[in-house]
Amino acid sequence: MSEPNQSAQELDASAGTIETIAQFEDHRRGILGKLQHLLHVNPSFVPLIVLIGAIVIFGLLLGSKFFSPFAMTLILQQVQIVGIVAAAQSLVILTAGIDLSVGAIMVFSSVIMGQFTFRYGIPVPIAVMCGLGVGTLIGALNGWLVSRVKLPPFIVTLGMWQIILATNFLYSANETIRSQDIEANASFLQFFGTKFSIGGATFTFGVIFMLLLIVVLAYALKHTAWGRHVYAVGDDPEAAELSGVNVHKTLMSVYMLSGLICAFAGWALIGRIGSVSPTSGQLANIESITAVVIGGISLFGGRGSILGSLFGALIVGVFTLGLRLMGADAQWTYLLIGLLIIAAVAVDQWIRKVSG
Amino acid sequence: MSDATPVVQGRGIVKRYGHVTAIDNSDFELRQGEILAVIGDNGAGKSSIVKAICGATIPDEGEILIEGKKVNFTSPIDARNMGIEIVYQQLAMSPALSIADNMFMGREIRKQGFMGKYFRQLDRPAMEKFAREKLTELGLMTVQSINQAVETLSGGQRQGVAVARAAAFATKFIIMDEPTAALGVKESRKVLELIQDVRARGIPIILISHNMPHVFEVADRIHVHRLGKRLCTIDPKDYTMSDAVAFMTGAKEPPKENCL
Repeated sequence: MSEPNQSAQELDASAGTIETIAQFEDHRRGILGKLQHLLHVNPSFVPLIVLIGAIVIFGLLLGSKFFSPFAMTLILQQVQIVGIVAAAQSLVILTAGIDLSVGAIMVFSSVIMGQFTFRYGIPVPIAVMCGLGVGTLIGALNGWLVSRVKLPPFIVTLGMWQIILATNFLYSANETIRSQDIEANASFLQFFGTKFSIGGATFTFGVIFMLLLIVVLAYALKHTAWGRHVYAVGDDPEAAELSGVNVHKTLMSVYMLSGLICAFAGWALIGRIGSVSPTSGQLANIESITAVVIGGISLFGGRGSILGSLFGALIVGVFTLGLRLMGADAQWTYLLIGLLIIAAVAVDQWIRKVSG
Repeated sequence: MSDATPVVQGRGIVKRYGHVTAIDNSDFELRQGEILAVIGDNGAGKSSIVKAICGATIPDEGEILIEGKKVNFTSPIDARNMGIEIVYQQLAMSPALSIADNMFMGREIRKQGFMGKYFRQLDRPAMEKFAREKLTELGLMTVQSINQAVETLSGGQRQGVAVARAAAFATKFIIMDEPTAALGVKESRKVLELIQDVRARGIPIILISHNMPHVFEVADRIHVHRLGKRLCTIDPKDYTMSDAVAFMTGAKEPPKENCL
């Protein structure tokens, strides 16, 4: 044990220079460093720039055909379902999870709303409540399996996806409820499809719901203790637990809320397509993950902003409509989206280097 | 409560895991206003006894008294609610969140009135002000921004924030698990100063450490743990580091009458 004595002397020798240690200097240098810092603080900045850039470019190329209130609000209508589901997906991904069952929950909830109304003659508002309840329950089951049984979210929701989808087809007997029937007998099911116009812009209640949902969630995530806990759990669940965060409760709330939001997406889906179809929304899980990733939310959890997911969904919408108006093959959209996904994750990795 | 009442008193604590006895009828005592270092060889059970005190493990036998009153903690959260803070070796912070967020994690302050009650809005200004004050009190305040993410801080700065968090909320005592283990020489110095600052503010500290020079520099008394129990408690002024190491490893008999 002679070394400790020696290091004690070193300690004393260095004692004179200590005052500087506690200083929190900004070591980052240069434009690139500043940009990295900016993105670290505002992770939804990248998708916002891409979104504005895409709108400007398509606006220049297509003129008023694209850059009109009608086209702009059409994009909103086209992304409303993905936008709502992406909000649910964002919450789960912020906790370092992933929810592959979002699309299945959405479709199953809409089928329950429709079938409860038409098969059993249950009053529409109660049937809607049942649909929302079932969505929340499935979310609770996901949450319980992730939090209590400690199964990986990917596996839990991969299984749940298949289970719900199969249940959906078995229960509905693969039967579509026609739009005209709904309109005549249960128009409340199409509530989110209600349209209204301001100038040339056309909005639906579904679009308004999506925007409100994002605003409310953005507030809750940033300005309530619950929101901070969601980030902390996604960042480092052990550290969160040791700091006194109830990790189980937080995860349960996130998965249940995700289920509920997906059920709302199911209701909005009826408004969007008019009918109740058990085969619709098959790609919602992948599309929502795409929106979240392009939106700059880290798949590793704890980083990103839910506004980014909205921007992500809108970027996809702008590309889709813009390229279609230009008469391009739809495959170009997928190609560009694929590039964006990879670029977004690369940017996320770069931002995360700030800690290294 | 008189000054003589120990802050923590453990009597005959036993903890077994199957056939392994992690704590073998050990005693423990932390006095008012002191830094008590807990040293021991790897596997001697020094972490176990400290975990038993803060509720991270529940002892099979024995009793723990905090300021003379018997307690039965079932989790570290119970201990925290009594004003006992723990600085974990892995620091228990969320790297992507800000200093202020981390200081208040799990005990956030809500706004007064309508926004706080119905919209559960956090009182950011109050939390930031408090965090800034606490860091300033401990001389840690050249922080650019209290909203800086913890991951942008150096190891020593993070440790500083963890200590400041503990000091801000501890009313009884603080447990620090190897606070200098991951730090360089200069940063260790700063943390040792912080520890002494905290003591000067009247909060006793249990310091678990392997680092003898650090222990001998700051500790008022040293609890030597060996083979699952307290071997002796020594005054660092009466013994050398090699004595302490000899007691710890069993190379030398402990001073029987000198168990403080």
